[in-house]
Amino acid sequence: MQILLALAKRLVLVLPVVWAVVTLVFLLIHIVPGDPVRNALGENATEQQLIELRQKLGLDLPLSQQYVNYWKGLLRGDFGASLVSGEDVFEKIMSRYPATIQLALAGLVVAILIAIPLGVTAGTNQGNWLDNVASVVSLLGISTPGFVLGPLMVYLFAIKFDLLPVGGRDGIEYLILPAITMGAALAAILTRMVRSSVIEELGEDYVRTARAKGLSEGQVIYKHVLKNGLIPVVTVLGLQFGVLLAGAIITETIFSWPGLGRLTVDAINARDYPVVQGCILMIALTYIVANVLTDFAYRLLDPRIKVE
Amino acid sequence: MNRLGKFGLVIIAIFFLVALLAPLLAPYDPRVQTPAKPGQSREERYQPSREHLLGQDDLGRDVLSRVMHGAKVSMQVGVMVVLISALLGMMIGAISGYYGGWIDRFFSGFLFNVFMSFPSLLLAIAMVAFLGPSLRNLILALSIIGWVGYARLIRGQVLKVREYDFVTAARAIGTGDFRIILRHILPNAIQPLIVQASLGMAGAVLSEASLSFLGLGVPPPTPSWGAMLNDARPFLRDAPHLLIFPGIAVMLTVLAFNFVGDGLREWLDPKQKR
Repeated sequence: MQILLALAKRLVLVLPVVWAVVTLVFLLIHIVPGDPVRNALGENATEQQLIELRQKLGLDLPLSQQYVNYWKGLLRGDFGASLVSGEDVFEKIMSRYPATIQLALAGLVVAILIAIPLGVTAGTNQGNWLDNVASVVSLLGISTPGFVLGPLMVYLFAIKFDLLPVGGRDGIEYLILPAITMGAALAAILTRMVRSSVIEELGEDYVRTARAKGLSEGQVIYKHVLKNGLIPVVTVLGLQFGVLLAGAIITETIFSWPGLGRLTVDAINARDYPVVQGCILMIALTYIVANVLTDFAYRLLDPRIKVE
Repeated sequence: MNRLGKFGLVIIAIFFLVALLAPLLAPYDPRVQTPAKPGQSREERYQPSREHLLGQDDLGRDVLSRVMHGAKVSMQVGVMVVLISALLGMMIGAISGYYGGWIDRFFSGFLFNVFMSFPSLLLAIAMVAFLGPSLRNLILALSIIGWVGYARLIRGQVLKVREYDFVTAARAIGTGDFRIILRHILPNAIQPLIVQASLGMAGAVLSEASLSFLGLGVPPPTPSWGAMLNDARPFLRDAPHLLIFPGIAVMLTVLAFNFVGDGLREWLDPKQKR
């Protein structure tokens, strides 16, 4: 109960940020140079069509009224309607949302699976060749953008050796390449963190105690060092989850993954402004919530930080 | 500086030279489409040859020339974004840290958080999507996401430096706030800023390529690495090198700036040596 209360308090603290994000997203349509309605309908639109669409979007109202209406809509779960198909934006987003979350989580898992063994190896072999190999691998990972790694893996694993599908979303085999594309850069960042964390913890007294009482080196690392060493890593995970969501825009484009990212790009190309606004808002809000949750998990994990 | 840092500096120097001298160095106009020679199949035209060292793309444009000219866009965007966002960030960070109080609460307690609660690439995508793709809008969007890093850094430095005796002394002899910030505080906060700028270049080059990959960069036919990567995707089967060459260019640039950033950090602060 106390925990729920603390969580609620944290959520209240981010309300100003949520307000600012919603306001920024609302203002986006007003930074379109020229007439967004004409952009959306194209050159051949009649005057009547322009007026109708402007009315439908509420763009004929004063800005303050538009802002109030935007908020009212959001609170009812009404994100407006697509300019292209007339579909409800919120429904459209929700139908794509699970695919993106699945992809981002898979990317996170890939990153953790790579980073922990690699980081531990580097940290426990500080300064020797294994450490250097791990450093080079993680630097390469940081410098290889998804839009290079993704198509490269498509070429190797889908076209050349025909092991995995080129794109789309079906069975688990469709998830492998996109998840690696998403997770690679994060894996590289996490590897560096795990490494320095392990090095730091290895110098602590409890490690000497654990060794003195006869635990094997593996037990010392995985039972004691990692337990403490992973706490700072968890904070980064939350922040990075949001980066993954933004990265989904690129990964989903490469692999034709039917998620929020691809919806965003398609909507941008179609100048379907309400859909773009909705997608961006949804990604930003997910990011905020993920941050609050990690911050909270961090406090739970480390009893030295008081949950309040 | 360490060896990797020096290596990075060399790579960066080469890319800057290529960017500046692209019109002279490039063997062809990067926009000109050369039709296939008689009897030459499409697959053959892709392949590197003596006339076209890195081959031609699907429209018959010379890949080497396009990679060289692509450096121009990347470096231009990188330098402009770092300059603008560093200046903006320095100003806001210095004001916030120096004056403290409600000004600081607004900037560091609110504005920084708002900008950090948007994944930065998402904000840039959103801005360019609505403003329309162009070189100016690209630089604008990337600067708007970039300044927060510098502002936070400078604010922290200012908080530290403003307590030093020489600042108190300057204030005691009646030096104005602006002069104190500019002459006494900023020079003492500049070192970490240089490191941040180098890492910022890596970030800007990467973001520019990401946006160009999504079709939100500099509009065609101006060559950019991100757009080349995207254009290469339908022809992967026959011409994977169309992907590989601009890919290597992006990776080398980003890697080089990261090397230099890390190298500078160690060089300027020997305590951090690992």
